[in-house]
Amino acid sequence: MASLDGALLDFKRMERLADGESPLHRLEPRAKLLVTLLFMATVISYDRYAVTAMIPLFIFPVVMLSLGNLPPAYIAGKIALLTPFAVAAGFFNPLFDHEVLLRIGSLEITGGWLSFTSILLRGMLTIGGGLILVALTGFPAICRALEQLGAPRLFAVQLLFLYRYLFVLLEEGGTLSRARELRSVGKRGLGMRSFAPLIGHLLLRTWRRAERIHLAMLARGFTGEFHTTRESRFGGRELLFLSGWSTLFITLRLWNLPRLLGTLVTEFIP
Amino acid sequence: MSHSSVEVRNLRHLYPDGTVALGDVSFRISQGESVAIIGANGAGKSTLLLHLNGILTPTGGEVRINDLLLTKGTLATLRRSVGMVFQEPDDQLFMPTVHDDVAFGPLNLGFKGEELERRVRDALERVGVGHLREKAPYNLSGGEKKRVAIATVLAMTPEILVMDEPTSGLDPHARRRLMGLIREFPHTKIFTSHDLDMVLELCPRTIVLHEGKVAADGPTLEIFRDDELLARCRLEKPFLMQGCPVCGKRKAT
Repeated sequence: MASLDGALLDFKRMERLADGESPLHRLEPRAKLLVTLLFMATVISYDRYAVTAMIPLFIFPVVMLSLGNLPPAYIAGKIALLTPFAVAAGFFNPLFDHEVLLRIGSLEITGGWLSFTSILLRGMLTIGGGLILVALTGFPAICRALEQLGAPRLFAVQLLFLYRYLFVLLEEGGTLSRARELRSVGKRGLGMRSFAPLIGHLLLRTWRRAERIHLAMLARGFTGEFHTTRESRFGGRELLFLSGWSTLFITLRLWNLPRLLGTLVTEFIP
Repeated sequence: MSHSSVEVRNLRHLYPDGTVALGDVSFRISQGESVAIIGANGAGKSTLLLHLNGILTPTGGEVRINDLLLTKGTLATLRRSVGMVFQEPDDQLFMPTVHDDVAFGPLNLGFKGEELERRVRDALERVGVGHLREKAPYNLSGGEKKRVAIATVLAMTPEILVMDEPTSGLDPHARRRLMGLIREFPHTKIFTSHDLDMVLELCPRTIVLHEGKVAADGPTLEIFRDDELLARCRLEKPFLMQGCPVCGKRKAT
């Protein structure tokens, strides 16, 4: 199955992006983590029918993408891939909520559609924020930042291993499904019947492989602490980054910018 | 290279299901020696190697590295002395770039900044793959992966190198180059291998394991001349010592 292998390579590309050399890459991971968390909290805190009020928040991913020299099409593709999972939560809203909240000419927009759009936007923003954080910082550095910010070390280590395990799972899954495909001679093989043992097998294989990797880590002095080669400390630039974005997020949350602009336009231009 | 030795005394290892992997293994390897541990599949070679680095805990007996008993307390120090290269480089390389992978060990040892970079650079150049520094390990060829895996261990400047099947899966050219490389290492070297020709070339001394016990321990040539021993331990003479396929004569016995 080429798609699993493809997904893996694509996934690994994400990790390689974190090796970039932009000013954003060089920022202390804690600053980026805090800003991203604040960004997500801001997005989530909006009213469930909020749509236009959230639009200005897109400035965050756009600015981070361009200053971080990240490939926009690649990140957008990943967002598009993951958003449906978030949107599944609001899938039935248009069916249940028929109250008309907005009229544009003869077009009536129900609360259901508004909240659905709102969830869609939230999904895109939070997923985008998270992906950009990983692409600018790298997962090990994020785990380390979490630990430095007071998250229990066990949690951070677990998170890192979970992430590593994902790679192992994809790799082994790719090998296994290729073996199955080769012997099912272009047909569907045994169909669903072969999947249950296949998945059990996958678990055992990945388990053993993960164990071997863990051994290799232990042999090289791993003691449950991760280090990154990038030396950084929380300095003036980080403080500026953090305070700048926080101020913007809070401002955008407190004042509905599109509405203010709309009011300005309708009041002062006859 | 300071004083370095490996001593295994009456080492026993039982797996949780009751299988005896090692039953009373003893030997001593002194500084600068190059020793092969050979044996059929399931003879206990890999289990033995895992003991040399303290990854497994003995059921009985003891392991001493540089005359220091391997215990929980000495583990960190001793892991620094013993560099372990695993059979499958894919299991050993897990970081996003070659550089990060080689830096993993030294970082765990507490090296930072310029010293860290120097170690990474030296280790990569030592195995001739300095140009692969920024590559992702999964994009490398088998021979390159093996070299990087060795570099990850060299960067920790161990005194003792332990390698599980160093030449397995390599093409003839890559195998030859790797052997040339290993020959130049001044470390105390311990290999397991089924590549008996490599053993003949690189290791003056060989330990034969059979069903978890030492069946023989002595000069490699002597061991490969002992037909009865080889047959009993499900081994064969290296190709170099077998008859020539054209004239039927033996090259070296």
